[in-house]
Amino acid sequence: MIEQAPVLIVVIPLIFAFITPLIGWRRKELCYPWIILALTLSTFCSVIALLTVIDTGVIHYHLGGWLPPWGIEYVVDYLSAFVLVIVSFISLTVAVYSKKSVEQELPDKIPYFYTIFLLQITGFLGIVVTGDMFNLFVFLEIASLAGYALIAVGEEGAPMASFKYVIMGTIGASFYLLGVGYLYMATGSLNMADLASLLPDLYGSKVVLVAFTFLIVGVAIKMALFPLHGWLPDAYEKAPSSVSALLAPLMTKVAAYVMIRIMFTVFRPYFSIEVFPVTTILSWIAAAAILYGALMALAQTDLKRMFVYVLISEVGYLVLGVGLANKNGLTGTILHILNDAFMVVALFMIVGAIVYRCGTREISQFRNLHRKMPFTMAAFVIVGLSVVGIPPTCGFFSKWYLILGAVDASQWVLAGVLVLSSLLNAILFFRVIEYAYIEPRNGHDSGGESLVVAREEAPLSMLIPIISVTAGVVLFGLLSGRIISTVIQFAIPACF
Amino acid sequence: MGVIVSIKPLLAVLVTLAAAVLIIFTGERNRNLREFWTLLASILKFAIVISMVPLILKGNVIEYTIISLTPGIALQFRIDSLGMFFGVLASFLWIITSVYSIGYVRSLDEHAQTRYFFNFALCLSATMGIAFAGNLLTLFIFYEILTVATWPLVYHKETEEAIMAGRKYLVYTLTAGMAILFGIILIYSLTGTTDFRPGGFLSGYGSASMLRFIFVILILGFGVKAALMLMHEWLPSAMAAPTPVSALLHAVAVVKAGVFGCLKVILYVFGPELLHGLSLWLLLAYFVSFTVIVSGMYALAQDNLKRRLAFSTINNLAIIIMGAAMLTPSGIKGAIFHMGGHGFMKITLFFVAGAIYVKTHKENISELDGIGRQMPLTMGAFAIGAIGIAGIPPVCGFISKWYMALGTLEANEVFFLFVLLISAMMDIAYFFPILYNSFFKKPKEDISPHFNEAPMMMLVPLMITAIISIILGIFPNAFFNFFSIASTAAGKILGGI
Amino acid sequence: MIDFIVSKYNYWIYIVLMMIGFYAMIGKRNLIKKIIGMNIFQTAVILFYVSIGCKRGGTLPILEYAHGHAGEAIQASAYINPLPHVLMLTAIVVMVSTLGVAIAIVIMIYLKYNTLEEDEILKAVK
Repeated sequence: MIEQAPVLIVVIPLIFAFITPLIGWRRKELCYPWIILALTLSTFCSVIALLTVIDTGVIHYHLGGWLPPWGIEYVVDYLSAFVLVIVSFISLTVAVYSKKSVEQELPDKIPYFYTIFLLQITGFLGIVVTGDMFNLFVFLEIASLAGYALIAVGEEGAPMASFKYVIMGTIGASFYLLGVGYLYMATGSLNMADLASLLPDLYGSKVVLVAFTFLIVGVAIKMALFPLHGWLPDAYEKAPSSVSALLAPLMTKVAAYVMIRIMFTVFRPYFSIEVFPVTTILSWIAAAAILYGALMALAQTDLKRMFVYVLISEVGYLVLGVGLANKNGLTGTILHILNDAFMVVALFMIVGAIVYRCGTREISQFRNLHRKMPFTMAAFVIVGLSVVGIPPTCGFFSKWYLILGAVDASQWVLAGVLVLSSLLNAILFFRVIEYAYIEPRNGHDSGGESLVVAREEAPLSMLIPIISVTAGVVLFGLLSGRIISTVIQFAIPACF
Repeated sequence: MGVIVSIKPLLAVLVTLAAAVLIIFTGERNRNLREFWTLLASILKFAIVISMVPLILKGNVIEYTIISLTPGIALQFRIDSLGMFFGVLASFLWIITSVYSIGYVRSLDEHAQTRYFFNFALCLSATMGIAFAGNLLTLFIFYEILTVATWPLVYHKETEEAIMAGRKYLVYTLTAGMAILFGIILIYSLTGTTDFRPGGFLSGYGSASMLRFIFVILILGFGVKAALMLMHEWLPSAMAAPTPVSALLHAVAVVKAGVFGCLKVILYVFGPELLHGLSLWLLLAYFVSFTVIVSGMYALAQDNLKRRLAFSTINNLAIIIMGAAMLTPSGIKGAIFHMGGHGFMKITLFFVAGAIYVKTHKENISELDGIGRQMPLTMGAFAIGAIGIAGIPPVCGFISKWYMALGTLEANEVFFLFVLLISAMMDIAYFFPILYNSFFKKPKEDISPHFNEAPMMMLVPLMITAIISIILGIFPNAFFNFFSIASTAAGKILGGI
Repeated sequence: MIDFIVSKYNYWIYIVLMMIGFYAMIGKRNLIKKIIGMNIFQTAVILFYVSIGCKRGGTLPILEYAHGHAGEAIQASAYINPLPHVLMLTAIVVMVSTLGVAIAIVIMIYLKYNTLEEDEILKAVK
């Protein structure tokens, strides 16, 4: 079974997705346990894959027994395994969380929702596990299509936001396809490892250069890298709570994974740094993204929209690490894939819980929220501190490596941008904490306890995922040394 | 002289963390149980800390590594003499402040008491972590936790003024945190380590201008919490917090953490040799003497008692750094001892301010005429504290100022001796009128001339700290070998290990 | 110069088509026109792929006598490259699914707002 683990990770959600409508047709309530089962199995396989990789090295799986480069190959190396475990675990968490929220927002579409949910996750997992460029396009489109559908069933204005996403996403995917096509024309191969060995002789060719550009721009659109982020704010804000919680952390991180693969595995690092200095360009774009996201977030009064702009800022962090292109920078990016996935999923789950209980997302309505939902708000405080970068939470450690990378590369402006963004994030989060925790008083100490607000905490199926993810945020901070020495250190290409 | 591995530092930090969790789960349902957790934790913590003192006095270092955070840096506790000093000071004063807090909070029937005690316990955990940190990163981690845990205490009263004070506090301290982080990263990228070594570990790395830059941002960063001018503005505003908060945190824990950080940077990261080589010690000394003089002048102008005390704190903290900046044995000894002595004296003064507020709801000095008749014990304690801060024997302030004066002579910088003398005169100028007014003037409208002291839970702590201030002045080693710890630290730093 | 344009005519066609599609997607305000533009855009890419498999003098890549003649050598150079065709079958499927999803979303929008003009819809959403 262990040899089949790479393909099982993708096949299980796929098959379960097809069976879900049938189950839902018979009995709606069975859908939820069914998908939990699917995702648990998938997570289990990812963990096995990660442990196998740590034990024995890279796993190669040949689909249908066809040898590469003629057949499609699934490759699980340190980086893929790492991202696989993150994606499957977060999907499982959001699936557990989604029960109450879906029942409230989409009561009559539950089986179909879960079907597309599973397909979406299949797409993500496939992107990470595949070793073939065209196969990646297929899974990218599976993920995107499912995403379009999931977003469109959201609140007022969601179909329009989803439509905009359709247009922009298709442009991105087509650019990616063009890039793959150009590479195929130049080398005759679609397999990533094969391309990596064939391309170095062709680095001078304009075809390869244009291919690289198309690939990076296409991925940047999917990743919502400023200034190609136009589809993200509306789409993730108007989507249903569970959908935002699923898509927001994963789509951007998986796209960042693709970017790292293209820039450092398919194309050798020295291509991305010297032959075509895309890393320099990316680092400046990333700095702009970080500042843009933070500043726009300051202007928002809706908590979910604020988180969306925080997400855009976080994408900037990921690309900045890639752009710095040294060991510490890349360590920071890969660690941030883990940290940010957990932080963003926590943020969106918390907003969903608040919407579920209070029906509003306006920050000004949050008075006394800490009495109504103490655990949720406590989780919010901890995750907020992580986004700001207060130790010992995980967010601090990704920032540590990113700033260290900037210092190593003598990029003082970028280091300054990182520091400044922490302060901007601090303003953002402490403002909300103030609203939720402080009850302003006039005059001096009024005695005793004031108004009694009924405790109406989020339901357990929402609360447990939130708390476990928050615990993860703190734990991963303390364990970052172990994580790096066991996994990430080997995920970085050897020449750094 | 060796390294001992012991889990006690971690226990000392965790004990109040556990108490904090228990406090928040006990909540308002059982106030006495909740207060019991606070007191139990404080006594346990003090016991753990004291049990480690004998080892430190023999010249050992106690170490405990929790987990490696990044190659070259671990979350590690390493208690050296300076850390032990701070740890003993903070844990003992916490016991006293807990008792005082309970008295204060109950007399005023304050709101949000659970949150208050919860944050208090967290702050103490963080302070212990700072005191026992073995490297800059561990110190930074606990430093930031301290920032976050003190914020709710600053805005506790939840008035407009308190909320603004809270925001100001955050802006100052978080920005300072970022500056410190940047400095730490620069040090790490230069040397690959951030472990503290008595006598510094930065010699020989990096260019002189880079080292100067790092020193400046680290001192500025830690200087915000230590309320050096011009980053001091948050401290007077933070007097909007309840008095026990001002007393412990802003006279002992938070600001002392800032000074502690500065001292670590000066003595354990850079070290006397390197600072002499870079000519930075003189620059630092001039910078803080500016604070000393100007804060004294500000103090003279304040009518609000707590604000005057706040500026006096700024004054004394700057004196501590000035003494250490002399980089001579007496200077360092005096500076470290003043950290402790000032803690006791200032806390007495703040406790008095709180007692006056609880009894009479008065905050301004101009309203305090004749209050000595009503509260003689309280004002007596105030007198002891004031005398000590001015540097008059037999209170302990005299000893630390004496050694620091010797330090300036050893360093051949008579200018700073004059600064010390001028500040002493200013101390007399802004404390003695209060004493005179309270004892010798006729009371104004509503202060009764009859004996009507503050409640016992507040009166006893402040008398204890006042009496200890006198005892330390006569027998500097009386309190668990306070002075010896300071001397050991100075010896190690200058001897270089 | 003429030589350059004529010999690479497949590239020019696909670029022109792609730009027409791109313009329609961005410049047109009617949602259906945007979708049609998207289709043209994707079709351009597909055409391009198929065209690169073509060879002068190559014939259709169908083996007349594959079964039972394992000993026969196959002259690969006589056949045009079938791989891009296969890849594009997949891409066409993707294109059609995207079209389906997009049209479904447009139907949702139409049922809600009764118009397919982008500016009117955006006004209604606000």
